[in-house]
Amino acid sequence: MTDRTTIAAISTPMGTGGVGIIRLSGENAAEIADKIFTAFSGKKLSDSEGYKAHYGRVFENGKPVDEAICLVFRAPHSYTGENVVEINCHGGIFITKKILRLTLENGASPALPGEFTKRAFLNGKLDLSKAESVMSLISAQGEQGANAAYNLLEGSLSRKIEEINSVLLSSAAHIAAWTDYPDDEIMEVDTDELYNDLLNTDSELSKLINRFDSGMAVTTGVDAAIVGKPNVGKSTLMNLLTGFDRSIVTSIAGTTRDVVEETVNLNGCILRLSDTAGMHDTGDEVEKIGVKRSRTKLERSAVVFAVFDVSEELTDEDFELINLCKGKNVIPIVNKTDLIKRADISIIEKLLGKCIEISAKDGTGYDTLCEKVAELVGTKDFDTTAAMLANERQLICCKTAHENISEAIQAIQTCLTLDAVGVCIDGAISALLELTGKKASEAVVDEVFKKFCVGK
Amino acid sequence: MEYFAKKYQVIVIGAGHAGIEAGLASARLGCETCVFTINLDWVGNMACNPSIGGTSKGHLVREIDALGGEMGKAADANTLQSRILNLGKGPAVHSLRAQIDRRLYSDYMKHVLELQDKLDLRQGEIIDLKKLDDGTWQVKTHLETVYTADCVIIATGTFLSGKVYVGDVSYESGPDGMFPAKRLGEVLKQLGLPTRRFKTGTPSRVNRKTVNYQKLEIQNGDERIVPFSFDNKHNVQNKLPCYITYTNLDTKSIIMENLHRSPLYGGKIDGKGPRYCPSIEDKMVRFAEKERHQIFIEPCGENTEEMYLQGLSSSLPEDVQIKFIRSIPGLENAETMRTAYAIEYDCVDPLALKATLEFNDYDGLFGAGQFNGSSGYEEAAAQGLVAGINAALKVLGKRPLIFERSGSYIGTLIDDLVTKGCSDPYRMMTSRSEYRLLLRQDNADRRLTPIGHSIGLISDERYSNYLKKLDLIAQEKERVQHTVLSPSDELNKVLVSRETSPVITGIRLIDLLKRPQLNYEILTNYDVDRPDLPYEVFEQVEIDIKYEGYIKRQQAQVDEMHRLEVKLLPETIDYNTIIGLRLEAREKLSKIRPHNIGQASRISGVSPSDISVLLIYLEKESKK
Repeated sequence: MTDRTTIAAISTPMGTGGVGIIRLSGENAAEIADKIFTAFSGKKLSDSEGYKAHYGRVFENGKPVDEAICLVFRAPHSYTGENVVEINCHGGIFITKKILRLTLENGASPALPGEFTKRAFLNGKLDLSKAESVMSLISAQGEQGANAAYNLLEGSLSRKIEEINSVLLSSAAHIAAWTDYPDDEIMEVDTDELYNDLLNTDSELSKLINRFDSGMAVTTGVDAAIVGKPNVGKSTLMNLLTGFDRSIVTSIAGTTRDVVEETVNLNGCILRLSDTAGMHDTGDEVEKIGVKRSRTKLERSAVVFAVFDVSEELTDEDFELINLCKGKNVIPIVNKTDLIKRADISIIEKLLGKCIEISAKDGTGYDTLCEKVAELVGTKDFDTTAAMLANERQLICCKTAHENISEAIQAIQTCLTLDAVGVCIDGAISALLELTGKKASEAVVDEVFKKFCVGK
Repeated sequence: MEYFAKKYQVIVIGAGHAGIEAGLASARLGCETCVFTINLDWVGNMACNPSIGGTSKGHLVREIDALGGEMGKAADANTLQSRILNLGKGPAVHSLRAQIDRRLYSDYMKHVLELQDKLDLRQGEIIDLKKLDDGTWQVKTHLETVYTADCVIIATGTFLSGKVYVGDVSYESGPDGMFPAKRLGEVLKQLGLPTRRFKTGTPSRVNRKTVNYQKLEIQNGDERIVPFSFDNKHNVQNKLPCYITYTNLDTKSIIMENLHRSPLYGGKIDGKGPRYCPSIEDKMVRFAEKERHQIFIEPCGENTEEMYLQGLSSSLPEDVQIKFIRSIPGLENAETMRTAYAIEYDCVDPLALKATLEFNDYDGLFGAGQFNGSSGYEEAAAQGLVAGINAALKVLGKRPLIFERSGSYIGTLIDDLVTKGCSDPYRMMTSRSEYRLLLRQDNADRRLTPIGHSIGLISDERYSNYLKKLDLIAQEKERVQHTVLSPSDELNKVLVSRETSPVITGIRLIDLLKRPQLNYEILTNYDVDRPDLPYEVFEQVEIDIKYEGYIKRQQAQVDEMHRLEVKLLPETIDYNTIIGLRLEAREKLSKIRPHNIGQASRISGVSPSDISVLLIYLEKESKK
């Protein structure tokens, strides 16, 4: 796969810990680190022996970003068996991500799920008996990464990418139809028009890439959803957690009809919190859509707050929710402890684990809930880098697409034939489609048959 | 009464474009081979358009030829008209297309098969196929004759349980009024092959003497003819032109008024038709805004007055067809000789095949051509060649030959079929290849002739000619590197006239050839020491120089993919026992059974993590 490349990733949990580590592994690990790190001793990491620590600064375009200690390991004496540099910087999402970004810009590729371990195995650093656990690990991390990538696909960024892609697709399809069906009266491809489309795409992609860099497009934190049947107090909990009246609260079941989102900081854990419509069978068309979205949110969120009303006995809807929550990082919450308890919470605890008892109305149980969140999100097993990694990969895809478009533009400028332009556009489409797994050639062929009357 | 007649090493069912190449490849590699056909008078029948080649299909023919196949030579020997399509759109998409004398082509192919050493060509409908206890396959003809073979290649085209539709008339039939292979269709189903129904169609043929040429545009062949075969020994000439006319609003209203009489719109046909080959009624419905559709009128041969009406495929009733044909300028009095029809047939889901075209679950059984879900003579021939080669290699106990998608359109075609499958008859297109700047028709010999020679399909003599060509290319590249043209007013005048910058000092020839606006021809007068070389040599040098950057880029992608292609996945692998594979990946991998990691990575539903898991699994197994 990528065993010739040098890979990079943040190897500490995302959050506001004291120290963050960015790990580079591969032949050019030290050379890449040298491009962004200067030791106070003046010594280059690429000249360093293994097992040495270097104290210095990380720079971006000559400006210091953070003080850091770089640990150098030399192949084969490292975890992966390759050259490894670990950049120890101050913790925090912002700094660690920035440094990771710098390594990527200077020649590293974002590590695939489980890739460090995979390399360690392939380089003989782990014994054979570990193979199966490595395979499980890769699989688990891949799943998490895929979910995260899927989340991103729904966002505004993805819509932008899709928009760019659809312009490219119609150019590519036109070129394809025009060349593959020369006898079919396809309008000649107008090079000036194509050139303009490509220039537009070029600038759109540049803008997008710049937005990534300034962090505007990058979402941080963990996706969390508040779910439950209607009127258990989800919106009250949302307002408690956000600290203001974000959601409309009434005693009428079904008040929240769509997903309401807000970013909150609970004792240093950043959550992208969604308040969802109450899940139940409903005849109301609008509410139905809301309920469907709630389910999607539940499926896609990294943390689920499953809310139950302690003042009423558990219903079928509650049990359905419990079912949906199985296998998720779920925090069961029993709300309305200020009222008389009627629900048998031992059933919930048996199926979902220890319940947090709160009264969202007066704030009782808030601190316990925060602790629980920190415990869940802050642990090593919880890989929030997945979402970020997906994000980084999207950036790399955009950059690859951008390079391809630049080459296409250059081909037109130098009057090269359209076949050369075509493969560059295909390359860009493939890059943009990478996260969806579809190949440019299929997408283009489908587009040709959809749009053009071709064939004998 | 059933009787045993003969044992072969390879038996091919069908003598269409796939069956021919399969039989020839097998026999030429030294296997005792028998090719069966339902009708000996129509070996290599062109049941649809009387032409070979076209975009990407021309590439396939050149590749078949570079590997030692027959199609290119047969086309060159029987060409009526030759054109290179897409001139000016770039070398990657230049495509050769030739009108072919249909009956002569068939005679030629029949004769080649008859003359071929170690090959028997027999008329006979195969009605039974079964595996014997000793591992060999047994086939039985309708005359109850029994033959056995180590490998059997099914190349049944549209014959397998074929059914023809014309309006509300339908009957069991093969193409062109030949018998369908009905019993074999049932046998294959019982055998458990994953068969399904596909559909295709062909337009009417009209009598040339009833066509009014005054109203038609004429389309002539190219002045400089490029043959299909790199080893061509025929004098290929343009003998007959084609003509162009258009449908009009009358045609449209006739069709639209009678749409309910089409079996496709009436719902009588279940088979999936090809997207690229829509019937005229389909085109009218789907692209309602188009006022006219282009129709090509193509000759079927020098000794026949039949003319093929490209663009008028239809399954409307005969009376409607006659009416709409006569609404078209030039065809007002046209007499139809054969009526357009749709044909539905059994084919197999190609996901059940390996990249050698052998079935995953049926040792020694291969599929080729339309039977594998493709469409087109060239696609069929390409698969026939690959199936024939691999059946022979298997019989001879040699390693299979798998064509990488990055090395040829043949490889791309087969990889698409066996990795992604197809939901309608698969047609090759240049846009299907991500490596198309490398996979050009002009360099098919440079890509494949060494392979053809190494397996024994290309003779030593032809190979040494090929090596000479490579030498000439290398020498000429060397020369343009070192030849310096001195600046002159004349040269600069030419440069300026081609909208490229004049030169002040001496300039190397290579640097001028790099400029897209210039070529060998333009520079003839200034390149005084130019040796007298074949056109093909200059062409290779010029393309290599001009597209160097893009070619290098594509080559890098190919090298990257190649690293995965060489990591082979053993056939015995049980994906259900591999820890860490996702369920979807397990199912897909178990079904498709990719040959290597590269192919696995192209399966939709197999993620990068699954690939990592497979790599670790392979590593673990290799250390065991």
